[in-house]
Amino acid sequence: MRSLADKFLTSLQVTPLLGVLAVFFLLPIVVILAVSFWDYNEFSLLPDFVWTNYQELFSSPVTYKIYLSTFMFAGLSWLFTLLIGFTVAYYLAFHVHSKLWQTLLFLLCTIPFLTSNLIRMIAWIPVLGRHGLVNSGLQNIGLIDAPLEWLLYSDFAVVLAFVHLYTLFMVVPIFNSMMKIDRSLIEAAVDAGAGGWQVLRQIIIPLCKPGIVIGSIFVITLVMGDFVTVQTMSGGQNASVGVAMNNKRALLQYPAAAADAVVLLVVVLLIVAVLMRVVNVRKEL
Amino acid sequence: MTSKETGQDPTSGVSETETAVETGRRKFIKRGVAGAVGAAAYSGGFPMIWSQNIKNITLRQFGTGVSNINEIGQKVKEDLGFNLEMTALDTDTTAQRVVTQPKSFDIADIEYFTVKKVWGSGNLQPFDVSRLKYYDKIVGIFKDGKLTPDATLAQGTAPHTVGYTDSFDSKSFADSETNWYTLVPTIYNADTLGIRPDLIGRPIESWAELLNPEFKGKSSILNISSIGIMDAAMVCEAMGEIRYGDKGNMTKEEIDKTIAIFTEAKRNGQFRAFWKSFDESVNLMSSGEVVIQSMWSPAVAKVRSMGIPCVYQPLKEGYRSWGGGLGLSRNLSGLELDAAYEYINWYLSGWVGGLLMRQGYYSAAPETSKAFMSEDEWGYWFEGKAAKSDIIDPFGNKLESAGAVRDGGSFYDRMGKVACWNSVMDENRYMIRKWNEFVAS
Repeated sequence: MRSLADKFLTSLQVTPLLGVLAVFFLLPIVVILAVSFWDYNEFSLLPDFVWTNYQELFSSPVTYKIYLSTFMFAGLSWLFTLLIGFTVAYYLAFHVHSKLWQTLLFLLCTIPFLTSNLIRMIAWIPVLGRHGLVNSGLQNIGLIDAPLEWLLYSDFAVVLAFVHLYTLFMVVPIFNSMMKIDRSLIEAAVDAGAGGWQVLRQIIIPLCKPGIVIGSIFVITLVMGDFVTVQTMSGGQNASVGVAMNNKRALLQYPAAAADAVVLLVVVLLIVAVLMRVVNVRKEL
Repeated sequence: MTSKETGQDPTSGVSETETAVETGRRKFIKRGVAGAVGAAAYSGGFPMIWSQNIKNITLRQFGTGVSNINEIGQKVKEDLGFNLEMTALDTDTTAQRVVTQPKSFDIADIEYFTVKKVWGSGNLQPFDVSRLKYYDKIVGIFKDGKLTPDATLAQGTAPHTVGYTDSFDSKSFADSETNWYTLVPTIYNADTLGIRPDLIGRPIESWAELLNPEFKGKSSILNISSIGIMDAAMVCEAMGEIRYGDKGNMTKEEIDKTIAIFTEAKRNGQFRAFWKSFDESVNLMSSGEVVIQSMWSPAVAKVRSMGIPCVYQPLKEGYRSWGGGLGLSRNLSGLELDAAYEYINWYLSGWVGGLLMRQGYYSAAPETSKAFMSEDEWGYWFEGKAAKSDIIDPFGNKLESAGAVRDGGSFYDRMGKVACWNSVMDENRYMIRKWNEFVAS
């Protein structure tokens, strides 16, 4: 049995963190939850307990449409960031043998992050535009006659920007997992006659699962909550849950936006819960 | 919010009182200054010669229109001696502030359709027209709605319909001119479509061209529901698809039909993008992604100043217009109220008008601005004459070369062809929902 003084000391040590989480995490969520049941008119929030915000949300066909397109963006972005991120991490972990080069190349991956998210995204506009680099390049070498219109202000552009923005979030945790793999395991497998494919499938991928899941959580939650990328890269022509929420916020319909936020939070938490079921991240870290 | 509640002069005894609490300051001024100095000075007539205390007055102005032009604040300090603090906000926020935080401002720089929304709150006090020195110079649009005696009235929230109230305490609007102005008009303009003449290569004469399949994938509309729906209505009416009772106050059926036409066009790939900010509209146009779109006058000027041809195309159906003015907080009284009237009279006396007109907007009392513009500037911006030398905006950027003529011509040509004013509809909430569905469709 611990003494009372010990218990007191422990709770004292936990208090600062608890306090920070309570004020900056728990409280805002409670406020959002509460406001989502309020009523509103053109100018003010009316404290109340009404279900209309949720009723309007679930009865509108637009809600389902934007969730569908948000899932599509999240799914595609996840797939491509995973493929690219895994490949990059694999190359860094298993093909680059010098520690110095590993570090240098890893730093190279992070260089784009020295500029802001927004700038990296907007930089695609002159590249993909009707008279942009890609179109004029393709036209100059005679591959196409007319500019490809779907390059910019399209779902393609949105997914491209997401992949560009978030691949590093896959690379880092997967690379980290790979570096923890005991190399003698691979040697043993090769000695026992395993081919490269078998090593990848039966040793590396299973042991990278925690990294893959952590990276997936990053990418999926970021894409699910995004509004700037979708707005900019689709030219305002497609919407995501975040865009719809931001619209409501701009029109001062805070309770409706709060209801949106609560539903999105639940959906994202469900996705994360499923991912955590696949791999027990805490156990494997 | 205001960062400096207090005046500038630390030597004055008033400052110390002010720093304590805002209400303290107001009480002090009402009791001490307005009672003694203010009333005495006021009896002396106009312009008023005030004591040192005027320097301690700070008027807090917020709004959408010109509240982001710091030059106005500096000039107020120079010419009138008191401080003007300006905060720029978006349209929705200004409406909310007026209704929910009436003590957070002295002067609200808002649009006429905002006044329609907020006047009922009683948080604004009307202007005593007899105290407006330049009232007779204000154009007819802000009086009986008619620019010229034989002009026809436009649809929407026309300024004169919400410009007057019956008495100091009335919360409704008057049908005709009274002695009580809800807003003192300051700035207005006529909006239309912007086009790239070099990429279109033929004359554009109608709003209907926005949905012409010839410009498939090359047109754009602004994604701000209250204004976008009006541009959409101008297009649908020009196409002959819908006849509106009042484009500024559509019925649910009219909203549904308008949105249906635009949704179909969107599905067919008519639009390259939708824009929300000034810069987006400039980029779409200058890059050639878009050749025809809803646009604002300064955005057209910006594209042109990059050396790219862009025309603010006058169209046969007319313009969609907007107007703004200054409103007074109900809380304003005493010396501060006098200062506010002083400020507003100064505002209409020409210097600000010149500043606005040289950006392509119009002043409510255009005649007074003439003295603050060169003959060439007046000719170009107001009379629609060819520029004799380069046209420079108030911030030093060259807008046009000699020989250029303003798109749409003179003031009377442009403001005389207003088809509809920006407005707030009775079915506003329904309209916003439908507009969001259109964007997400």
